[in-house]
Amino acid sequence: MTHAPTFDFPYPDARGRFGAYGGRYVPETLIPALDELAAAHDDAIRDPAFAAHLAEVLRDAVGRPSLLSEATRTSERLGLRVWLKREDLNHTGAHKINNTVGQVLLARRMGKTRIIAETGAGQHGVATATAAAMFGLPCVVYMGEEDVRRQALNVVRMRLLGAEVVPVTSGTRTLKDATNEAIRDWVTNVRDTFYVIGSVVGPHPYPRIVRDFQAVVGEETMAQLTERTGRDVPDAVVACVGGGSNAIGIFAPFAYLPAERRPRLIGVEAAGHGVGTGAHAASITAGKRGVLHGAMMYLMSDDDGQISPAHSVSAGLDYPGVGPEHSYYADAGLAEYVGVDDGAALAAFQRFAREEGILPALETSHALAYLDELATQLPAGADVVVNLSGRGDKDVNEAMRVLNLGADVQPGGEAPS
Amino acid sequence: MSGRIEAAFAAAKAEDRAAFVPYLTAGYPDRAGFLEAVRTLTPYADLIEVGLPYSDPLGDGPTIQRSSEAALAGGVRTADVLDMIRDLRAETDVPLLVMTYYNPIFCYAGGGEAGFVRDVAAAGADGLILPDLPPEEAGSLIEAARAADLATTFLLAPTSTDARIAAVTDACRGFVYAVSVTGVTGAREALPADVPALVRRIQAASDLPVAVGFGVSGAATARPVAAAADGVVVGSALVRTLGEGGDLAALAAEIAGACRRTPVAG
Repeated sequence: MTHAPTFDFPYPDARGRFGAYGGRYVPETLIPALDELAAAHDDAIRDPAFAAHLAEVLRDAVGRPSLLSEATRTSERLGLRVWLKREDLNHTGAHKINNTVGQVLLARRMGKTRIIAETGAGQHGVATATAAAMFGLPCVVYMGEEDVRRQALNVVRMRLLGAEVVPVTSGTRTLKDATNEAIRDWVTNVRDTFYVIGSVVGPHPYPRIVRDFQAVVGEETMAQLTERTGRDVPDAVVACVGGGSNAIGIFAPFAYLPAERRPRLIGVEAAGHGVGTGAHAASITAGKRGVLHGAMMYLMSDDDGQISPAHSVSAGLDYPGVGPEHSYYADAGLAEYVGVDDGAALAAFQRFAREEGILPALETSHALAYLDELATQLPAGADVVVNLSGRGDKDVNEAMRVLNLGADVQPGGEAPS
Repeated sequence: MSGRIEAAFAAAKAEDRAAFVPYLTAGYPDRAGFLEAVRTLTPYADLIEVGLPYSDPLGDGPTIQRSSEAALAGGVRTADVLDMIRDLRAETDVPLLVMTYYNPIFCYAGGGEAGFVRDVAAAGADGLILPDLPPEEAGSLIEAARAADLATTFLLAPTSTDARIAAVTDACRGFVYAVSVTGVTGAREALPADVPALVRRIQAASDLPVAVGFGVSGAATARPVAAAADGVVVGSALVRTLGEGGDLAALAAEIAGACRRTPVAG
């Protein structure tokens, strides 16, 4: 089965707003480029040839549809039916590639000759470098110097795929600053360059474009659930939320259903050391309204509107804002947002590996960690879908460091610092 | 409005000069050093742009990024910037323009957008320069600024269409800011040849003075801009000179000299 995307959602409105959120808060130089991009995206998604080409690439290069499999031992332990949407089995190991192949196809359609991207942990950078390589376009990836150090493996992967990785030394030297630098590159080279944003953030039309390309996750889930359970809607859907692209991908097809049909949608934010400590990335749970990277959203900033550094054990959630569509869902009550801290995520990471034989990404582990709490709220046998957004191979070094699992296999017998 | 902005551009025009508009980051290198630098520039300046340091200045190149980081690391808060503007207003009548990204306005602890506009005007500033706020997103800010007698300057770029030029100039009060290059702030050796054409397109749509910024680094880059535009904005070159302990007065004199369209006799 190959799913044909529908691209049919009520938001954003014509001004790029999801309720109060979204919009375009960017330098004037980019406004014409954003207009051009919005028009090109509108045109592409109305073109059956584009949808067919995208579906073909998703099947042949990404490996879609991804499986919907039951987590049988977890189900048994919790008294639920826990379904896993296996985005970890996609080429490059996460949901990120659904979006990058879509955007690179759009770039080609627009005649752009150069691809740029930002990346945090490197997953989006790898997915963008992969899509650029598939279509023969040069690619530059901006990555905070701190993340370059922490995620050396992904830096090498990107370089092997032909991308240039530019370390960013400003600000906190992480994803937020890499995004600033990618925007600066785009402002400078806007006429020939396509900026592939990796999450449902940025100025309009980016939150919409990324949502449209990730919604295949939720649309496939509906079809697969129908096959497996006879109903297209489960009792709850759970996904981790940093910027929020994997969560939007699985939520959006459910979020706009009539209230009586809509399942509980639960976005799990990274509570880091705990939301009371300030060292977290829970923008909806503990942040406030503001503007970051071109859009109105929930974010973390001080009383002067200076953006606060985020913290999470998982680099992919380590972002001080959250997409405008999630901000809207939160206000409108279409989805719930909760926090899971570093310790609970690490515990779930280990238990899930042993219980299911799947090493999940640390990001995804936040969603898995919330299942215990959710089991206390749902009737026995309730169907719960977790977006298994990525695989955990990239997190092995972090696991060695934090869990001290690798001391005896390190050169010299010492754990890396 | 205070009328200082209009008077400053009119005075420069009467002397066949482009107005010289230096930019400095408030609180850089520190509060006293910033105020001293403004005093050094004032004899040469027609208007002065005061940058409110921000954590994520995505329209700025490395020089202004670093100065903003240093000011914030030194503990500069929005309230301190308002204090510095009050101090300067007590000393000079030169128009003071606050350049700020939108989030510090939106999140301002003293009452958000409306409170920010009120307090900036009360401190003695004459206008706001808004590098990441297109007029479409600025409805309520414009309304508050009009009520507080504060000018609003939005930016135009080489990529702006004629329709955008009409809409953006319509939302501007005081003057219009034309960005010389597709890019971020930062001193450059040369500017694109199409700067005069952009200025003419803007002047055809609006009677407001047009100041050009981004990339002007000295007399050589200032001269062609001054020939075409009503004002020349210089930021990174001055901030860099200040940071390096260089001769700020000499650079200001050089650029102010290049803003004169007819050389002074003798």
